[in-house]
Amino acid sequence: MRARGRVLLQALLAGAMSLAVTAAGRVPQPAYEVDKSTTCVAPPAEMRRTHMDLLKHRRDQTVHAGVRGGKTSLETCIDCHAGKAGGAVTGRPDAFCEACHAYAGVRLDCFECHQSKRGAATVVSGAQGPSR
Amino acid sequence: MNQDDTTAKRRALMIGGAAALGVLVAPGIRLVEVAAATAAARPEGEAVSAKVRWGMLIDANRCDPNCHECVVACERENGLPSPKRSTDVQWIRKVELKDRKNGRTMSLPVMCQHCADPPCVDVCPTGASFKRADGIVLVDRHSCIGCRYCVMAGPYKARSFVHEPVTTQRPEVPRGKGCVESCTLCVHRIDRGDGPACAKACPTQAILFGDLNDPDSAISRRLREIRATQLRADLALDPAIHYVGI
Repeated sequence: MRARGRVLLQALLAGAMSLAVTAAGRVPQPAYEVDKSTTCVAPPAEMRRTHMDLLKHRRDQTVHAGVRGGKTSLETCIDCHAGKAGGAVTGRPDAFCEACHAYAGVRLDCFECHQSKRGAATVVSGAQGPSR
Repeated sequence: MNQDDTTAKRRALMIGGAAALGVLVAPGIRLVEVAAATAAARPEGEAVSAKVRWGMLIDANRCDPNCHECVVACERENGLPSPKRSTDVQWIRKVELKDRKNGRTMSLPVMCQHCADPPCVDVCPTGASFKRADGIVLVDRHSCIGCRYCVMAGPYKARSFVHEPVTTQRPEVPRGKGCVESCTLCVHRIDRGDGPACAKACPTQAILFGDLNDPDSAISRRLREIRATQLRADLALDPAIHYVGI
């Protein structure tokens, strides 16, 4: 019974590792790249639970009332959280948004429309350069 | 000396020093005034208000049939690919008109007309298609289900559907597959106190952008001075885009 349990645990762990997690303690944690030189708008524990509410409140404010900028805009989030390696919050197993969402098994819809790269304002506009 | 010249001279005197920059946009309207009309950015955190109604006045007489600067500027500003197929998105396009009787041709840019009573908003089943307080008609992609009723309802062929996945969005202009979209009057630029990219890019200053609700704005003054028309005015949708010379 115990042997079977161990096999199951190993299988679970192997599955979890494929989602880019670290198993330093008893509980596997998602492995993501984050710049710790600055602090976020709220403590990490709070952000983990409320970032979606902050973003949702913000999106309606922006789209319907034209309130832009500020520290809770998605662009500001990406500027800080985009990884050094990929320069984006998605696209790599250790990218900030992707690592956690894969770990939690929550589908990440934001970046089907939003740009996930940092500072893409000048890069994406293409060969013709930034807007006039 | 006609009436326009006299007004221009009087205004130039009133502007005083600023008149040194006096590039004529249209008779009686100077670039300085246009800049003043668009440079009033809202303070950060303040919502848009219905005191303002953004609109444009497009002078077809100044529009060069071979020039596509406004279309190029729109694509660049909003991160749109240049349309290659009929199903590709198009926010602004140059339309050629021909008078069958005498063969006179003219060219003009056509985009979402930002109606006061937009039919695309009436038919939207989810409320995604909406009119912002300052008169800009937009699609909230968060609630757009891509049904395309608005594409059918709008008389100006303004809306496009995004068929392919998008990866090259500009951060200020999120857009993606499965949603309908159209000209936003460069809403992200307006929110920072700037005007639409097409109006800025036009080499002949054929596109005048401003606040239709402000009687002293360059666009309101010009609309008082000359006879402008709206496209399909018979539909009584009261578009914010006005045309001269069509």
